[in-house]
Formats: sequence, structure tokens, C-alpha cells
Amino acid sequence: MDQKRILISGKQKQNLIMEASIVSTIYDLKEYLSGVFADKQQEITRNDTHFVAAKRAKAFELFSKMGFPHAALEKWRGTDLSRALNHEYHALPEAPSPELDIDKIFKCDVPHFETLLVTQLNGWYADRNNLLQVYPNGMIIGSLAAAFSKYPDLVSAHYGNYADDNSEGLTALNTAMSQDGIFIYIPDNVTVEQNIQTVNITDFKQNLFLNTRNLVILGENSHLRLVQCDDSINHDVTFINSVTEVKIGRNSTLDHYKMQNKDDHTTLINSMYFHQDEGSTLSTNAISLNGGLIRNLSHVTMSGSHSSAEVYGLYLMDRYQHVDNQVFINHAAPDCESRELFKGVLDDHASGVFNGHIKVHRDAQRTNAFQTNKNILLSDKASIDTKPFLEIYADDVKCSHGATIGQLDAEALFYIRSRGISEANAKILLMYAFAADVINKISIPELRQRMDDMVKKRLRGELSQCEQCVLNCSTHEHSHVEFNIDLSKI
Amino acid sequence: MLSIRNLKVSIKGKEILKGINLEVKAGEVHAIMGPNGTGKSTLAYVIAGREGYEVTEGEIIFKGRNILDLSAEERACEGLFLGFQYPVEIPGVSITNFLRTAINEQRKYKGLDPVPAVEFLAKMEEKKQLLELQEKLASRSVNEGFSGGEKKKNEIFQMAMLEPSLAILDETDSGLDIDALRIVATGVNKLRRPDNATIVITHYQRLLEYIIPDVVHVLFDGRIVKSGGKELALLLEEKGYEWIRSES
Repeated sequence: MDQKRILISGKQKQNLIMEASIVSTIYDLKEYLSGVFADKQQEITRNDTHFVAAKRAKAFELFSKMGFPHAALEKWRGTDLSRALNHEYHALPEAPSPELDIDKIFKCDVPHFETLLVTQLNGWYADRNNLLQVYPNGMIIGSLAAAFSKYPDLVSAHYGNYADDNSEGLTALNTAMSQDGIFIYIPDNVTVEQNIQTVNITDFKQNLFLNTRNLVILGENSHLRLVQCDDSINHDVTFINSVTEVKIGRNSTLDHYKMQNKDDHTTLINSMYFHQDEGSTLSTNAISLNGGLIRNLSHVTMSGSHSSAEVYGLYLMDRYQHVDNQVFINHAAPDCESRELFKGVLDDHASGVFNGHIKVHRDAQRTNAFQTNKNILLSDKASIDTKPFLEIYADDVKCSHGATIGQLDAEALFYIRSRGISEANAKILLMYAFAADVINKISIPELRQRMDDMVKKRLRGELSQCEQCVLNCSTHEHSHVEFNIDLSKI
Repeated sequence: MLSIRNLKVSIKGKEILKGINLEVKAGEVHAIMGPNGTGKSTLAYVIAGREGYEVTEGEIIFKGRNILDLSAEERACEGLFLGFQYPVEIPGVSITNFLRTAINEQRKYKGLDPVPAVEFLAKMEEKKQLLELQEKLASRSVNEGFSGGEKKKNEIFQMAMLEPSLAILDETDSGLDIDALRIVATGVNKLRRPDNATIVITHYQRLLEYIIPDVVHVLFDGRIVKSGGKELALLLEEKGYEWIRSES
């Protein structure tokens, strides 16, 4: 057995006293949610078919057994949820009123960014007057809860098949308790010309624990560009446990982007489960600019040969923010290729985790799998825990991995300063240069431009300084801050 | 322009420069030659303000002011320029914007408004031609994927754009083929003015066939052991550094 396990760097937080306190606080919220699940059965299962209800019951059992993740689990060693779980949350927000004016709650201001905008409010598909929209090309977009009964065959062929309820407690909890989310179906041979942009807005007067669930199905020979944005209006404590299942049919292509810019009170658990058929192409890019605690799981199963997956991520964290990127590439078929590139800058007390697991099955011959994680730590209090994990059972494979942790290059800093550019701006330039190769992977020009701008703003500290709203997607104006460097057109 | 007096510099307790004296006047070109490891690059870095060097004695007077307390960026704003032996790649940052940022920061230091876009672009055009730069080069990221020759041309291009009073060119000729060498040297010559000066640090006499120095210095074991006219370079080429070794 050719199994490699490499620990590049680790900050092992095995504090037993802390663990004991974690267990007691987790228990409370778990008990509370269990109570909600039992008492509010009718409300939770209102839109369910038998198929969905059965999944819920099973998932709840699994969650009851596993509970919330904790530091003793290998995959959660670097991410401590205890503080996030130590709040009282409201768990079942009402569906929005049919009178809700969607345009009023969100308007994307990315210039020239033509999107088909799909809005979610507190997890619910926001357009209550038109729950499922069928387009002339056969594409269906709308509420997942509505799709349960309207398209039971499509739902039962995919829903719950890719998400891992068995080993991820939070995913099981999501399957058990989610009320709604986005449903997207792209039929065979359809190239969706517009970008589809989903925006999940949380606006709630209390602390909110949200289980939102999305299902995206691409048929054969189809093409979709999907941008998922997370936005928050309220400043109460929010825990978002989002699960998205994505099926990419034979010879289909998905370009996928996650844009994360949440306030420091938000915990965002974003689990993406991709399932790829033969000859399919996936590109997914998670850009985390702000957030109290963000965990991205990209779980990619390549079940058909000649598929390719590109998994990218960029994270820029400061203060006490925490970001965790978990990537699992499951090479289950031969002649596939995967590429991972994750880059991050961590400042102040920010902490990060990168866990890249590549599994190459015995039959997955001629696999190419490449993984890179690069980090810059700007302060001696910032930390990153990065771990590549290659598990290879086939003998004809090309795999590589690499992780780096460093500071800004002193030689490069001097080079820039020797041209008259101040040290502060030289650092921004270098951080931008570091981030640029992930941004350049964005294939939608308008989105790339916008992300480019947002990353620059983030590096200049503008977003951090803005108290009213951390997410600039939803605001048209924010206080102008003067900087002595013009990076606007770099 | 530049006056270095009894400059002694150590790195981690090891003395590299052991009392350098150097006078460079406006309008002059000086060449500093010497074998590897004698402190040529250290001298260039110390003048430009790189951190990590300990100046134990002496002073560097630039335009009448001791600059040892100034940061690298302040020295640049005062009119110093260092052409790097190994220019650094900065992916994602175009040369155009790198230079615009640098010029505007230097202007700000002098209390001037940012350079108007039209003026800046016109200057870019003019200097690109001077160095026979490809049209596309300016939109490429700084030094990223450049050949050795392109990197060195880009250094001189930056020098042309920033118009320093004193340019120090550290081994600008290394890694250049004969055509690139000619272009780089022509560029340097065309940028010569009565009110600026250039220090060329080089290993070989070859560059000095194109850039004619007023003074040639030989740096050996942390000291300038010999100074003379351009014929000194030829003598060195002929006799080799062993000759200096035996002389000193």
C-alpha cells in the first residue's frame, strides 16, 4: 500500500481542559436543536416528500450520534467551534413574506456584471410568488423545498447522494433540519449564457442558526457559471451551516465561485459536495475576504474518467478571524486530473487551516493530482496549520503537493522601496502580487475585476475600517478613505 | 553629488567594507571593478539603504546631506537609484502601474501633485523607444517571466522613468548578450546629463567599452585600492585581478 501522510506544520491544540468545556457547551446547543427537531416536526417537514422525510430522520440519527464537530476529530483539530456554539440561537426562521421586495434587500453593484440573480433570505428562496421558474431552454431555478414535490424524480436521483451525512456531523444536521435553499437544474446540451449569482442574505433580529441547503444538477454537455455570495445585513451572531450538492453530468462544465465577506460575528460553514461524471470539468474558487470563522469544505468525487477539477482558494484574514479550507479530492476513476491552489495572508491574531486530502483509488490509473498551499504570516501571533495528505492506491499516478509558510520577501520589499514606494505600500503591492495568481484564475472578466478591486481594498484595510457594512456588494456608497497609493488600475 | 568618507560596514559582526572613500561629482561616470566577494554589491546596497547592514563608521553624503538615517524609499525620493543585479519579480503588478505608483510617491515626497496621465504615458513611450522595448512589455507584470536581458533593460527603463540624480548600476552587464549590452549601454549614455551621475559596478571591462567612465576604482577586500582613468580598466583586463592582489 502506497500511502503517504505528511505533516508539514502543525500547531497541535490538544488542550484537554478546553476539550472538556467544549463538550459541555456543545451538548447544550445540540440538546436545544434536538428539542426543536422533535417539537417542530410539522414545520420542518412541511414541504417534504416521503423520500426527503426519510433522509431527514436518518440524518438526525447520525447527528445525534456524532454531535457537533470537536477538536478531537482529525479534520477539526485546527478549528474550534466552541465559541460559536456557545450562543443561544433561533433555528427555524420563517419564510419571507410574499410582499417582500427583493430588489430592496439586495442589489449587486458589480459594474457590467450581467447575472441572473437568485436571492435567498435567511436561507429561504426569496421570491415567494414564483417558487420555481422554468426558462425557455428548460433550465429550472427556484426553491429546493418547492422542488421536492414538483420534481420528485430529479430530487430523489441526487438529493442526499453526494453530501456526507455519515462522517460530517454538521452536514447530517443540515440534512435533518434545512428548510429551503436554491434548486438549479440545467438540462442536457444547454449552455447557460448568463452567469447565475446566488446571494444568501441573513437579516434577522436574533441570533440565528441557519441550515441552508442547495442542489445544483447539470445534465450532459451543459455549461454553467455559478457565483455564490454570502451577505449579512444584521449584526447579531449568525451561524450558517450551508450544504450544497452539485452533480456535473457527462462532458459538462461548471465554473463555480464562492465570495465570502461576512462580519466578525458570523460563523460560516460552507460544505460543497461535487460529483463529477465522465469527461466533466469543474473549476471552483473560494475567496474569503472577511468572516469571524469560515470553513470551506470542497469535497470532489470524480466518478467518471477523463474529468478534471480545479480547486482554488484565497483567504485574507486579520484580527481574530479564522479560516479553514478542507479539500477532499476523491479520484475514483482513471485518467482524471485535479489541481489545487490555495493562498492566504494572515495578520494580527488570525488563524488558518488548510487540509488537502487527495485519494487515488486502485482503479484510478493515470491520475494527475497537484496541490499547492502558500501562506504569508504578517504577525508573529498569526498562525496557519497546513497539511497535505495523499492517499494513493494506484501505481500509475503523478501527484505532487507543496506547502509554504513565510513572511513577505525582504529582497522584494527592498526592491520596491528602492523605487521610492513606502514600506506600507510596498507590503500591499507584494501581498497583492501574492494573491494575484488566484484572482487571475477567475474566468469571468467582470467578476475578476471586482474581486481584484475588493482584494486591493481589503489589503489597504478599507473593508476592515468600514463599520456599517463589511460587504461592499450590497452597499453603493461607503465612506471614502484616502490612501497615498493608487492601485485602482494595477 | 556623492561623498563617501571612511565607510565601514559589517554584516553580522563580519566587516565587509573597511573604510571606503569615494567622491562622485555631477556629470561623472564612475566604474567600480573588482573580483567577486570584495564588497561591491554591499557598497551598492548600503548606499541605497538596504536594511541588515551595520554601518560602524563613516558617512555617506548625498547632495550635501548625510543619508545614513534615511529609509530606502526616502533615499530614492532624494534622487538615488539602484539597478539591481537580480531584479525581483512582482507578479500581478504591471510595469506601468508600478512606475506610476513610484513616480507619484516620489512626487508626493517633493510636495508635487500626481503626474498627469497623458504626460506619464508620453514619457513611457519616449523611454520605451530609448531602450528598444517591446510594445507589450510595459503592460506585463514587473520582471515576471522576463529573460535576463529583459530584466536588465527593465532596470534601465525604470531609471529612465524615475530620472535619478545618481544611479548605481550593479552588474547590469551580467547575463546580457552583446545586443542587449549595446542597448543598455546606449540607454545609459543617452540619460547622461551634466546634473546627474552614474556608478557602474562591474566585473568585466566589456561594459566599459560602451559606457566610458571618467574614473575607474578597484575594490579589493573592502577597500578601494586603486583609482584611475579608463585605461585602468584595460590594464585590469590585461593583467587580471591577480595583479592588484600582488600590488596591494
